[in-house]
Amino acid sequence: MNMRRYSPLARAMALAVFVFLCAQMAFAHPQKGEAVGFLTGFRHPISGLDHVLAMVAVGLWGAQLGAPAIWVLPVAFPMVMAFGGMLGLMGVPLPGTEYGIALSAILLGAAVLFEIRPPLGVAAALVGFFAIFHGHAHGTELPAGQSALLYSMGFVIATGCLHALGIGIGTVHRWGWGQRLVRVAGGLVVIGGSFFMWKAVA
Amino acid sequence: MKNSSQSRLPLYAFVVFTFAMWALPAEAHLNTTGMGPFYDGLMHFLMSPEDIVPVLALALLAGLRGASYGRRALFTLPVAWLLGGLAGLSSMTAQPHPFVAAAWFLLLGGLLAADAKVSLRMTTALAALVGLYHGYLNGIGMGQFDTAAVVLLGLVFAIFVLIALAAAFVVRLRANWARIAVRVAGSWIAASGLLMLGWAVRKG
Repeated sequence: MNMRRYSPLARAMALAVFVFLCAQMAFAHPQKGEAVGFLTGFRHPISGLDHVLAMVAVGLWGAQLGAPAIWVLPVAFPMVMAFGGMLGLMGVPLPGTEYGIALSAILLGAAVLFEIRPPLGVAAALVGFFAIFHGHAHGTELPAGQSALLYSMGFVIATGCLHALGIGIGTVHRWGWGQRLVRVAGGLVVIGGSFFMWKAVA
Repeated sequence: MKNSSQSRLPLYAFVVFTFAMWALPAEAHLNTTGMGPFYDGLMHFLMSPEDIVPVLALALLAGLRGASYGRRALFTLPVAWLLGGLAGLSSMTAQPHPFVAAAWFLLLGGLLAADAKVSLRMTTALAALVGLYHGYLNGIGMGQFDTAAVVLLGLVFAIFVLIALAAAFVVRLRANWARIAVRVAGSWIAASGLLMLGWAVRKG
């Protein structure tokens, strides 16, 4: 068979289909396989819409601001979020976590909505400040009996993927209609953040 | 030529991601695979993320610095791992300390994320320390000397191949975004190290 006829993407897709068709046994319980730790950790950041909104907003804002913010912000967020997670795991209290998470979605969404362009340091500091609240909330909720390493890696990679999603959406910013679309997305994040703030206060 | 190699990167990333998502049960112990001690050692390394990630981080760091750094890590780390493993074989007992594992993640991931301008001497020292520490821990977990030595050889072979592939992959990267992607991977490793530190404190 002449494989040159097929594009690399088609070959990769065929390989992916083959891999996914090779069904394996489900080791669904924590003690059976370490991968459970990875998948549980991977699922954790994407299981809460309040976290998802803020993380996607970070990516959107980075895409709006362009280089170097497009990669500085998504690097700063997981690092500081992991620091917050470490504080949560260690049992260090952080007051107003739910308010901080909701406020992060409101302010980051507003930054995208109004296309605010502060200096890079200010943007990184703002993102880092709110990342502590997200990390702390995750850290205090982590389940026992998991593989710490794989759980942590899954957790961080999922966070990075959410930023990448935001950056991916934000790539339309180069077009006029895309700029409006990104700002609308920022507005939706503000609405979502306001809802979670209302829930936290109520 | 340059453009064609760059355009394949997303394809490689997609294939690697596909395989990473294809989770298999971890059969990291020697009596379960039946493939012989050499392949048991090889598989043990490939199924031990606490060993793979520091090696990968060091290989990426060396690759970012250049080919000479990559070559130095390529030979220093496996040799140090082998020496550490042989030392571990003759030791009675020791426990891997979770704080040290977290510290390796933090240090190597942090250096990679910062694209630190580490010297060749520093890279060599880091490779030697990582190899001696992890090799020693591997060595004390193995059984009789004759079988364990072959297991160690398989393990060291896997390390050699991983460093060669990862460092060579990064050395040839020229696009700015690709080098930044490598640094982002470093930040993820460092962030995982911070969380592992929290886990270690929580468990006491």
